[in-house]
Amino acid sequence: MSGGGLRPGQRLWLALLLAWLLLPLLPLLVWSFAKGWHYPQLLPATWSLDAWRYVLAPESQVLQSFGSSILCSASVAVLATLAGVPAGRALGMFEFRGKRLFELLVIAPTIVPGLAVALGLHVIFIRLGLANSLPGVIIVHLIPTLPYMALVMAGVFANYDASYEEQARSLGAGTWAVWRHVVLPAVYPGIIVGALFAFIVSWSQYVMTLLIGGGKVVSVPLLLFNFASAGRNDIAGAISILYIVPGVLIILLSARHLRGVGAMRTYSNP
Amino acid sequence: MSASASPRREHPRILLLLAPALVALGLLFGGGLLLGLARSFGYMPLLGLTEPNLDAYRALFADGDFLASFALTFYIAFVSTAVSAVLAIGAALILRRSFAGKRAMLFLFQLNITIPHLVGAIGILYLFSQSGAFARLARELGMIAQPADFPALIYDPAAVGIILQYVWKEIPFIGIVVLASLQAIGEDYEAAARSLGAGRWQRFRHVLLPLMAPGVIAASVIVFAFTFGAYEIPALLGQHHPAALPVLAYRLYTDVDLAARPQAMAMAMAITLLCALLIAGYLYVARRWLRWS
Repeated sequence: MSGGGLRPGQRLWLALLLAWLLLPLLPLLVWSFAKGWHYPQLLPATWSLDAWRYVLAPESQVLQSFGSSILCSASVAVLATLAGVPAGRALGMFEFRGKRLFELLVIAPTIVPGLAVALGLHVIFIRLGLANSLPGVIIVHLIPTLPYMALVMAGVFANYDASYEEQARSLGAGTWAVWRHVVLPAVYPGIIVGALFAFIVSWSQYVMTLLIGGGKVVSVPLLLFNFASAGRNDIAGAISILYIVPGVLIILLSARHLRGVGAMRTYSNP
Repeated sequence: MSASASPRREHPRILLLLAPALVALGLLFGGGLLLGLARSFGYMPLLGLTEPNLDAYRALFADGDFLASFALTFYIAFVSTAVSAVLAIGAALILRRSFAGKRAMLFLFQLNITIPHLVGAIGILYLFSQSGAFARLARELGMIAQPADFPALIYDPAAVGIILQYVWKEIPFIGIVVLASLQAIGEDYEAAARSLGAGRWQRFRHVLLPLMAPGVIAASVIVFAFTFGAYEIPALLGQHHPAALPVLAYRLYTDVDLAARPQAMAMAMAITLLCALLIAGYLYVARRWLRWS
């Protein structure tokens, strides 16, 4: 059934679908090289590198935004990994009392809108001095990323052979040595892919950053939204192109690991 | 495997494994929801307000805006999820076959899974606004004389732009999940059905669809919840009034009138509850359908 290529109808369907999936990126790319691309011109009358010059100028706010977004999302990925790997091990390998309740706590944040939770947290973050600061934004980004990491690692640990740990222990290895030499080498592809996608989930957050960052933490999407709603289409185009680069790289890099890890990455960033 | 053989001995160790995530999610997620709930009842002991009341909810439901926004939000989430799921199933059925260039097609298919929603929303804006790429194309072809002649697909009552953005983004998301479950199934069931004389439609309806269903249901729950609670896409592409519920909640919260804040909290709680109820209803119907087929 799956051999023998595609029928012409299927080929057309697939071509149309892929064209639709790539189409919204096209005007962003063209706009980033356009100067005053007014209606009804089909293509810009004047091409220019002005938008790119502005975006890449060392003194512009854009590079600063990329800096704080990278710092934020990398920290979030590390913290989500540190908490998510042990939680995933517990979920994937052990039965324990209250497991269903813990699963609910892990799954609920993927369903409940982040805005609702962030609104509740805002006042207490102000009181704790976490509002309007990068650490506050990093902490609140754990709400969407940590459950993702825990669920991914639960899947990895469910398919993991624990007998090597027993052998290591019977040879006298302690807890740390077992983690260092047995557990981590066995599950690190899952950790890498999970952490990369936790990075992307944080990288894509908008409203939590807006609310908890209070306009003081200007991540890339906040800046992008401002340029887009102010009608600076050329700069919005250039920022958009730069903004999607990490995600495209991650898809390319993780393609190798993904075959073994299955569809888990799709939990990210619905 | 001493781990599962002696659960009692393992208990302190498991608590140690759970502790970081339990503390972080309990405080941030549980705490955030509880604080929001308390404030929605006007319960703020630090301000001396210790008499819980339902004022915010009463104000919310007395206001026609809330119901109009709920109807709009439900419509957007429902249509986006249904259209994405149908197209994703079609895509997965094609992509599971082997053909020349499959690896490149798969790469392009899943490319936008990592692209932030906001980027897609801006792309949709530049394509479908009344001075956007398609309006220019329509003018070039002599179909419209001026931008206003082009149908309003952005900031419009039918939320076409918002739905187009979600469909663009969610087809690959649901598609990859379905593709993974199709690959896990293999082709034995289908071959058996064919040898028993089942036609193409029968094989799809009675073999493939029930086997794909769990993946489709799980992915569409995530998509529905996301499209129901998302802020930036309706904020960028939506009309001002009525606005999607999350946009309305954010507006109330940042209103200069601080009295609107309990109402914003009540709306956040209503969004959470409605989203949970709709998903529970959907899962109930879907499971009955699965058992019945």
